Amino acid sequence: MASVSGQMAAAPAARATVEAASLHRAIFIGIAVFLAVAPFLLYPVFLMKVLCFALFACAFNLLLGYGGLLSFGHAAYLGTASYICAHTAKVWGVPPEVAILLGTASAAVLGLVFGSLAIRRQGIYFAMITLALAQMVFFFSLQAPFTGGEDGIQAVPRGRLFGLVDLSSDTTLYYVVATIFLAGVLFIYRIIHSPFGQVLKAIRDNEPRAISLGYATNRYKLVVFTLSATLAGLAGATKAIVFQLASLTDVHWTMSGEVVLMTLVGGMGTVFGPMVGAAVIVTMQNYLAHLGAWVTVIQGVIFVICVMLFREGIVGVLAKRLKRPL
Amino acid sequence: MKTGRMLLATALVALFAGGAEAQVSVKLGVLNDRSGVYADLSGEGSVIAARMAAEDFKAEEKGIKVEIVSADHQNKPDIGSNIARQWYDQDGVDVILDVPTSSVALAVNQITREKNKIFINSGAAASDLTGKQCSPNTIHWTYDTWALANGTGSAMVKAGGDSWFFLTADYAFGHALERDTIAVVEKSGGKVLGTVRHPFPGSDFSSFLLQAQSSGAKVIGLANAGGDTINSIKQAAEFGITQAGQNLAGLLVFITDVHALGLQTAQGLVLTESFYWDLNDDTRAFAKRFAERNGGKMPTMVHAGVYAGTLHYLKAVEALKDKDPAKVMAKMKEMPTDDPLFGKGQVRADGRKVHDMYLFEVKKPEESKGPWDYYKLIATIPAAEAFRPLEEGECPLVKG
Repeated sequence: MASVSGQMAAAPAARATVEAASLHRAIFIGIAVFLAVAPFLLYPVFLMKVLCFALFACAFNLLLGYGGLLSFGHAAYLGTASYICAHTAKVWGVPPEVAILLGTASAAVLGLVFGSLAIRRQGIYFAMITLALAQMVFFFSLQAPFTGGEDGIQAVPRGRLFGLVDLSSDTTLYYVVATIFLAGVLFIYRIIHSPFGQVLKAIRDNEPRAISLGYATNRYKLVVFTLSATLAGLAGATKAIVFQLASLTDVHWTMSGEVVLMTLVGGMGTVFGPMVGAAVIVTMQNYLAHLGAWVTVIQGVIFVICVMLFREGIVGVLAKRLKRPL
Repeated sequence: MKTGRMLLATALVALFAGGAEAQVSVKLGVLNDRSGVYADLSGEGSVIAARMAAEDFKAEEKGIKVEIVSADHQNKPDIGSNIARQWYDQDGVDVILDVPTSSVALAVNQITREKNKIFINSGAAASDLTGKQCSPNTIHWTYDTWALANGTGSAMVKAGGDSWFFLTADYAFGHALERDTIAVVEKSGGKVLGTVRHPFPGSDFSSFLLQAQSSGAKVIGLANAGGDTINSIKQAAEFGITQAGQNLAGLLVFITDVHALGLQTAQGLVLTESFYWDLNDDTRAFAKRFAERNGGKMPTMVHAGVYAGTLHYLKAVEALKDKDPAKVMAKMKEMPTDDPLFGKGQVRADGRKVHDMYLFEVKKPEESKGPWDYYKLIATIPAAEAFRPLEEGECPLVKG
């Protein structure tokens, strides 16, 4: 059945892919235009926060939505990168672009090590191993002298990008962050739609079959885990420069939970879902802050509604309505 | 003709407006924890305290228009710093008040300095705020870790508690608190019989408490905070440690913690605070009015600090008829402080507000006359000795 209908469906399927690609291109251009004008409409620091979390959520989604691996310890990569970035920028005095790269690299190494341990198990065991390793990172951050314990690393200089561009202006920094965000997201998009991404989806949908076809699935899983950790690290390092601080919040397990929330609210396994999810959650945290205790209650209610009524998330439901992959 | 009359009317209106008292409008932002562990000791109560200060000062009549906004930082520095930036950049907030949680307070400290506004901290414990990270734009009003360690350490030794055992949370904050308190205890002539480190956050303290009990020390110092302190006090009560004659000394405990624990559990605990509602007539009068607006809950020292800090700020603005941050800060440091809650005091060059601190013991259930009647005063630590000496803080603003 598969082969006959597969051949018949091949032509429309190819057309659908082309259509989807042009739709996605249009959306990306839309996002780029929006990002260009956004600081004139909204507060740039707030926007930068949304972008950092959106990139973080997209990185997480790469692992969960396309690799089918639920990590409960993504805060470890975000946090480690933000600590390393903050420390190198503040204490070593390296320029911001180097600090961000060092932070990202540290997350990559951490992801490689943790990933190679965690992918040996599946399902809940995988999730628990990532959580356990992330907790170790948390305790390390709590104890290590350079992280400043619960005070965190404060007053990180924003510095000058490439020694030329002064980042102390929020608007200038915003455009740098927006560029990093777009680059990160386009990179993720490229990964998803590469042959590597196709294999990933095959592993996600049916691992034994992928193995029977001759794919070394563990190697694919490790690569996607490392990539996801690296991109999460990029988000964390950028965040450290934006807020000029790195703190325990970034390595705490609640941060790992928050990114799951963002991804699920936005739409797991969709390209644009995590961005929407991150925007929704960060906006709530920010604009409802004056409501005090109600913020967390409202967050919980939204999560429950999301799980009960639209499991595919905001963008997932939208994609279903439009019958187009988003 | 008509236009002429219109012009005349406009001119008259302008004249009257100009003739009225020059208006200064200030916007105060209360930034604290409104949903987490510090919501009781700061939270909505701090907003009430700030509002009461504006009302008691009769700001409106004195030509100062006060607007108060508030937000929840959820104890996360990134959320706190985002709100602080937005308040300063977009919403025209002049002063940020309260801010418990050291990491958030230190972040707001930096942002306030960068934006040249004013930060009057009441809720945070970090003594770095007026030490290494001191800023010309920050005042630390109510207490800090140095004052707590010093108050409890020295006054306890003087009151006869001369041998100590420490139960310390095993991370930077706990270590610092333990180190500072040990220094004070030894300086005052006491001796330390031992210390034990417990994991942070901990849940089972029994083995540590047994070590403390068998050490035979007169005082068991709790160099931890929040949930750890609560749990260790609860478990100490189960072992009957205070009934057996040893004293528990909490190094970071608030009246709301005692309220939550209940006297049966917390009795005999010794702690330092800078304010207690039942100290004198002024504090009682304030507390009564406060409790009416706060669902019957008495003010904590953090609430008192927000009230007194706001009052002092408004006084400075009134004296200057101006809200320029540099001038107001200079005025606030120059003018001695005087308010019904902390009495007379001053703001030092490093931003540290100094006043008396008090060593209290939690009453036994039979000694208490009712809800919130919790403390017995053991000793008063005079303002001059209560806080870290100016020259020891390593604050760059203080040039020897």
